[in-house]
Amino acid sequence: MKRLAAILAAAVLLGATPQAPPVALDALLAETPAPTLDAYRLFVDAGARSPNGRVTPYGLNTPLFSDYAEKFRFVFLPPGKAAAYTAAGALDFPVGTTLVKTFAYPADFRRPGEKVRFLETRLLVRKADGWTALAYVWNDDQTVATLKRAGTRLDVSFIDAAGRARQVDYAVPNVNQCKDCHAVAGEIAPLGPKARNLNGAFAYASGPENQLARWSRMGMLTGVPNPTKAPRTAVWDDVVEPLAARADAYLDANCAHCHNARGMASNSGLFLEVEETRPAARGIGKRPVAAGRGSGGLEVSIAPGDPAASILLHRMRSDEPGVMMPELGRSLVHDEGVALIAQYIAGLEPAR
Amino acid sequence: MRTLAITLAALLAAGTAHAKTLAVGPGANAQERVQTALIDAKPGDVIELAAGRYEFTDGLSLDIDGVTVKGAGPGATILSFAGQKGAGEGLLVTSDRVTVRDFSLQDTKGDGIKAKGSDQISFLNLVVEWTGGPKETNGAYGVYPVSSTNVLIDKVTVRGASDAGIYVGQSKNIVVRNSTAEFNVAGIEIENSMNADVYDNVATRNAGGILVFDLPNLPQMGGHSTRIFRNRVVDNDTPNFAPKGNIVANVPTGTGVMLMANKNVHVFDNEIDGNASAAVILIAYSQTFDDKTYNPLPRDIVVRNNRLGRNAWAPAFTGGAILAKALGGTVPPVIWDGVVAWPGSEAVRVRLSDGPVVNLNLPKPGAMMEANPKISPTLGEAVIEEPKPVVLPSDQDKLIP
Repeated sequence: MKRLAAILAAAVLLGATPQAPPVALDALLAETPAPTLDAYRLFVDAGARSPNGRVTPYGLNTPLFSDYAEKFRFVFLPPGKAAAYTAAGALDFPVGTTLVKTFAYPADFRRPGEKVRFLETRLLVRKADGWTALAYVWNDDQTVATLKRAGTRLDVSFIDAAGRARQVDYAVPNVNQCKDCHAVAGEIAPLGPKARNLNGAFAYASGPENQLARWSRMGMLTGVPNPTKAPRTAVWDDVVEPLAARADAYLDANCAHCHNARGMASNSGLFLEVEETRPAARGIGKRPVAAGRGSGGLEVSIAPGDPAASILLHRMRSDEPGVMMPELGRSLVHDEGVALIAQYIAGLEPAR
Repeated sequence: MRTLAITLAALLAAGTAHAKTLAVGPGANAQERVQTALIDAKPGDVIELAAGRYEFTDGLSLDIDGVTVKGAGPGATILSFAGQKGAGEGLLVTSDRVTVRDFSLQDTKGDGIKAKGSDQISFLNLVVEWTGGPKETNGAYGVYPVSSTNVLIDKVTVRGASDAGIYVGQSKNIVVRNSTAEFNVAGIEIENSMNADVYDNVATRNAGGILVFDLPNLPQMGGHSTRIFRNRVVDNDTPNFAPKGNIVANVPTGTGVMLMANKNVHVFDNEIDGNASAAVILIAYSQTFDDKTYNPLPRDIVVRNNRLGRNAWAPAFTGGAILAKALGGTVPPVIWDGVVAWPGSEAVRVRLSDGPVVNLNLPKPGAMMEANPKISPTLGEAVIEEPKPVVLPSDQDKLIP
């Protein structure tokens, strides 16, 4: 059996895709989740490097920071089904849709394609009564990913892009924690695949192409306007883009999943979706309500012109539970994100 | 119609008959075992945490309706979060009709037990504490229901919270009773909430005993209708150790009861003694804000029939010493900043029958330098109807701690 898998994997690598059985839609929609990831046949190889038919890779203009993990994203749409375009929020996906995200670290970020260790593969499955979140944790041999509902922690070490040795006490979320971030008014919802965040080029095997255009062309998405007419999230680390747009995009991706009027942090009154325009709701001169020691002795979320006096930045700079934000999904400080937001706050006109 | 009701009742009873107990004990891998029970539970189930000490590295969370999480008693079942590496609280509840009871929860990095958006959330017979004593690095809130409805807190003790021990925020229909808050910055705080009864509690050795606040720029504002009665609010003398920036950092050490903004708050039949700054303070929210819908003034306030002992001998608020000097050496135990004008505000009415009372007659919130203090034995004759007692759903009200 192992030998067969090896042969299959070799065949995939050679590009001679054998007739793999299709994605197991019935397994995805079953009430009881499969104990191991392979049961869904989302990938044709045991190591989940090669997606099955109808499983399409995608990327986001600005993703959530997750302790520098690489994320490999795929969307599966059931045969004959397509998502419907929406200008705001996640696209309207049909029942059976499965969003797949594998968290991985290369041993050395200066050689990102080599010795890539998969940690976990998360699924969001659209069932008839809503979305279900699942996390599958990879074994050391990288041959099996097993369902983990109560979460766990994994030791990770890697060499970062600057050549420094880094350690991560990586947290696999429990199913409730999945929902803490992925909740809209108490129901699980996807965060990444919004039209605005997909509205950019992806490097397909056939060459780069705008994802909205591609999905439309492939019959995966209906009702798409010309991408130039669709909203677009800035790429947070593309210095060619305006600073404010990059900062807004970063805050949207890293904060707004909780900090919105229907999210886990709704009671804070701090709302950081790109659509939010009220200065106080965006944190400008806003005093904390339940920050506790997270305030760091500072008075307001964002003090225009004064990054050092801004609670929001203070909490981004912390790696201490009870202080750091986001509360879930990271244990390291995102230095590049901190630099972006510091630069953005420094450039805001101070209140008179 | 009646037949249908009976059938439904029978069905419901049958439903709970399937309720089961998920027993979990302390020891290795407690994190995963307890969290798994919290995920596997079905409505009606009881998760029983056997006596012993549980060491957690991450927050726990419950998102199933109708579950009871029960220990073997505070001091017997101890959930320790001293080694916590992530999450903003020890236990997070996001479902309805949940009861947490009979255990101790210690040393969380953030809040102790939080309930967000929960209907019928009950906290019974718990001890939530930071075991190193009052410290700025302790978590903010011990017991923390927020954006919730039908909140019951009964026989709960909280110690060491760097904000409020028992904090109810942006909620409706609230009962806090038979509980003890000590060595916190604020003992018990009701904030941006409607219809709260706070009675038969002890608030002692905090910086401030019991607070009723309303704050701007929040989804739920316009807090009103709170009754504070039969509490012992005594010897609140722990120096305020809240991190700056938080509103409670402004609570003067030695405050008994503090009412800020909010409407229709009745304080009666309490014992208020041994609070060096004041027995009762009525004050407007005085920080800058950008919110036209917010009223920063306390209004419709009744303070009556309280047993005021020795209070206000060393007021710790800004200008307190100057005020004491101007008033001949001492400050009266009941202090009102006297702000009565705010654009769009209804008339400000008070009935302060316990005294003496000092009215600072501030022309606007926070204008202490323009104070024109006047002392009177009592102040205000307004007839202000008392809020009706809070009625919880009968199933919840029947819970016994």
